[in-house]
Amino acid sequence: MNRISAFSAFALMMTSAAAFADTVTVVTSFPRDLTDPFKAAFEAAHPGTTLEVVSRNTNAAVSHLQETRSANTIDLMWASAPDAFEVLKEEELLAKVDVKFEGIPDVIGGYPVHDPDGTYFGFAASGYGIMYNTRYVQANDLPIAREWEDLKRAEYNGHVAMSSPSRSGTTHLTVETVLQGEGWDQGWATWKWISGNMNTVTERSFGVPDAVNSGATGFGIVIDFFGLASKASGFPVELVYPSVTAIVPANIGIIANAPNPEGAKQFVEFLLSPEGQKVLLDPAIMRLPVDPKIYASAPDGFPNPFSEEFAPGAIEFDVDKSGVRYNLVNSLFDVLVTYRLDDLRGAVAAVQKAEAAHADTGNKEAGALIAEARALIEAMPITEAEAQDPAFTQVFTISRAEPGTEVVGRQAEIEQAWDSFAVENYRKAKELADQATAMK
Amino acid sequence: MPNTSQTASSGFTLFPRLSGAAVAGILIAIFLMAFLILPVAQVIYVAFLEARTGSFTLQNFQDFFSTTLFRESFVNSFYVSLMSVVVATVIALPLAYITTRFNFGGAAVIQALGVIPLIMPPFVGAVAMSLLFGRNGSINLLLNQYLGFRIPFMEGLNGVILVQSIHYFPFILINLSASLRNIDRSMEEAAQNLGSYGMRMFRRIVFPLAMPGYLAGAALVFIKVFDDLGTPLLLNVNNMLAPQAYLRITGVGINDPMGYVISFILVAFSVFSLWVSFLFMRGKDYATVQKGGGGLSRRDLKPREKWLAWGVILLILAMVLSPHIGLLLLAFGTIWSFSPLPDGFTVQHFGTIFTQSSQYVWNTLVYAGSAAVVDVVLGTAIAYIVIRTGLPGRKWLDYMATAALAVPGVVLGIGYLRMFHGIQLPFGLGQMSSFWGIIIVALAVRRLPYALRACMAALQQVALSLEEAAESLGASRSSTIRRIVVPLMTGGILAGFVTSFATAAVELSATIMLVGRSSDAPLAYGIYLYMQSPAGRGPGAALGILAVVIVAVGTYLSQRIIERERARQTMTGDQH
Repeated sequence: MNRISAFSAFALMMTSAAAFADTVTVVTSFPRDLTDPFKAAFEAAHPGTTLEVVSRNTNAAVSHLQETRSANTIDLMWASAPDAFEVLKEEELLAKVDVKFEGIPDVIGGYPVHDPDGTYFGFAASGYGIMYNTRYVQANDLPIAREWEDLKRAEYNGHVAMSSPSRSGTTHLTVETVLQGEGWDQGWATWKWISGNMNTVTERSFGVPDAVNSGATGFGIVIDFFGLASKASGFPVELVYPSVTAIVPANIGIIANAPNPEGAKQFVEFLLSPEGQKVLLDPAIMRLPVDPKIYASAPDGFPNPFSEEFAPGAIEFDVDKSGVRYNLVNSLFDVLVTYRLDDLRGAVAAVQKAEAAHADTGNKEAGALIAEARALIEAMPITEAEAQDPAFTQVFTISRAEPGTEVVGRQAEIEQAWDSFAVENYRKAKELADQATAMK
Repeated sequence: MPNTSQTASSGFTLFPRLSGAAVAGILIAIFLMAFLILPVAQVIYVAFLEARTGSFTLQNFQDFFSTTLFRESFVNSFYVSLMSVVVATVIALPLAYITTRFNFGGAAVIQALGVIPLIMPPFVGAVAMSLLFGRNGSINLLLNQYLGFRIPFMEGLNGVILVQSIHYFPFILINLSASLRNIDRSMEEAAQNLGSYGMRMFRRIVFPLAMPGYLAGAALVFIKVFDDLGTPLLLNVNNMLAPQAYLRITGVGINDPMGYVISFILVAFSVFSLWVSFLFMRGKDYATVQKGGGGLSRRDLKPREKWLAWGVILLILAMVLSPHIGLLLLAFGTIWSFSPLPDGFTVQHFGTIFTQSSQYVWNTLVYAGSAAVVDVVLGTAIAYIVIRTGLPGRKWLDYMATAALAVPGVVLGIGYLRMFHGIQLPFGLGQMSSFWGIIIVALAVRRLPYALRACMAALQQVALSLEEAAESLGASRSSTIRRIVVPLMTGGILAGFVTSFATAAVELSATIMLVGRSSDAPLAYGIYLYMQSPAGRGPGAALGILAVVIVAVGTYLSQRIIERERARQTMTGDQH
């Protein structure tokens, strides 16, 4: 609870331009549905203070803060993706401030709520889930997928959507959760089989709920509030939490050299106070409060991540492991799945077809071909140990590389090698599976 | 702001050695350097750096060409651009021909409707299109229900070609129509006297004479499709160059030099395509001397032809306006999910946006309007300098301005932040990078190529002898430009104004980086805000409809002005 702060607010106040002392400026990726109720509640609680909301998507917000650091005009960064805050923190764009709050645990679902160094704070939690369109499921006569494993089955071919982990920090956490939960090789195999069933890998994380809402796709792997808020606005959709899920906090952090550090601190404290936490239960927002007390006043059926039955298989999330290979995992996913989705889908569909053809034939030869094809699809160009090796991972983190580390290649070079590996394997797997199908 | 006529007259006293055109050229070059070349260079010089040591290298370019994915992306981009030009031509040609060649009721309406596809607010278009044409869109749901099959309109590269040609064919339509109107009637009469008629006359006389306009439009479509990232991204097609660049530049905390290499290659290839289109035009003279004829003679259609023409036009319009029909359904619909039509209809979404939209509307009109004015002034000046003067390096003005097409909005936005942040403006306007005026500059730079191509095409059709005649009658250079050249270019200039204005009104990628306060935000930004949440889909679409209506009304009015201007010219011409 008590944040140790190395820098006091003094330094901040010295450098700040006190011109707009009564205005708190926050840059956010959150939709208006979320910011408007908070703005109203905060301004009511602190008469005379205005909350100026500048909306940008996370990428644009981070670039903007990086480019304008010399004369910063923003007090707060307010967004979901923890990785965006990690980037800001590494570049010393976040201030350490002694924010006071109480009743909020340090860990939620295995993931730390606040930055241990006190530069940003979790104010709401979100889990990952499978969102589905009830009309679509009914029209296509599909069973409901409740676990990640379910989505691997042949019957879901062409019915699944997800966004790319490199485009959405929350998707990245889901990918990483499965990798940590099932292990490197098994985890990647799961993602490849699920991806083989996808009809699209979207570029924006909001593209997935959009596709499920409009019925373009049946199942979407989404962060929970997209599903909950879609349902609350009347779309025929439902959300299920698989038993292995990641709970991710949405965050707020005070920018270094903020023009109004006192107001910024007030807003963070408001967010973490019971009044602020209650705003999260608004049906258009639907994010999970980090203060366990608030769930007492939540509506029926509102998921509670602090309860026993919520996601019993939630893993202990290893933040350091995830941090080291962050960019590598993104790049690997894009090369093996996003950019080669058609090849992967072709191979997976061929294997599914071969398996269906030989479900009861007991043909040993065909079985061996199918097993070989499966192994080719699941094969990974690098091992987990390599993925943790700084000499390798720092190829992908140029801006944050440590000068002392010897690195072993260039990103473009490595990606090209992975790409030919994937294309060749998927092609061969499809060929083998087609051969197996042809055997009677 | 450089203004040809002003600088032309004042230039003589200040710089006795420089002609007015040279002064204007230098001012324009400075403007483009300051607001396009330098900001972009600040961002993409990374392409030439060794990622780790920061020393100069060409390794990144070698990596680009040895990467299979990038080579495939290049081929895909090229193929999609070429096919989009073909499909866009098929759409634009009948519309342009019928509305300029015949006395056709509602020609102005059709021309105005033809611009509407350009005004597709980002984030909305793909939703609307996939609701109609997607795998489970209205059409495929109905087909599947009654006939048991689906048509993959929106899948893969074909989807990109379809959406791009529907979106960008107005470039060809507008420029081609302006060109067709400028063709001297006597040319046609001469052809008829010599026994040519019908398709043969169109192929041999009319279309070749309209070539500058067609090529201007086609080059724009080609370059724009090649560089466009919005459509492939919204359709989730990644294996093209522009989306590859975008994905590699905008990842959080990623600093992949390949994104900048691709940006550089996009810019270089666009300039190259432009150069090729110049080569094509070189050595040909498209100017016609007489300007009194009011374009091709228009004839009345026979009843049967009339029905046929209406049939063709309505079919094309139904196709090109389908995103807007989808948008309209979205704006008035309640819940629309896995069904051919929304579950119910409501006007509630318009109520939601009513209170907040006036600020957005006002900002959009100011930004897009000012940007378009800047664009036509610069466009006319550059066209004049390039075509009519012998200034050394004049072509580079054109290349520089057109290179803006290939600069991703986000690169320009970051470049502006790098260049102009920390510069305090006087009069309490605050930081230059967060001042709303900078949004106008960004929009003007990004839309300048549109206006420029239109102005170039217009000027190519003005015969030099008309200016020589004016000058030999004692008119100064500046008054010749003002009284002779610009009036003769009116059609092209207005076409440029309309395209710049319409597209600037819905631009988002650069503005989202530069909007400093929500009170400075334009419509597209408001749409973006709404479309980020499930409950905002309806209100976002309603705001999109508002944007379309505003721009359509603006376009229609300028179309009317063109028509009236033409009628007036024709009348005065007849009195001679």
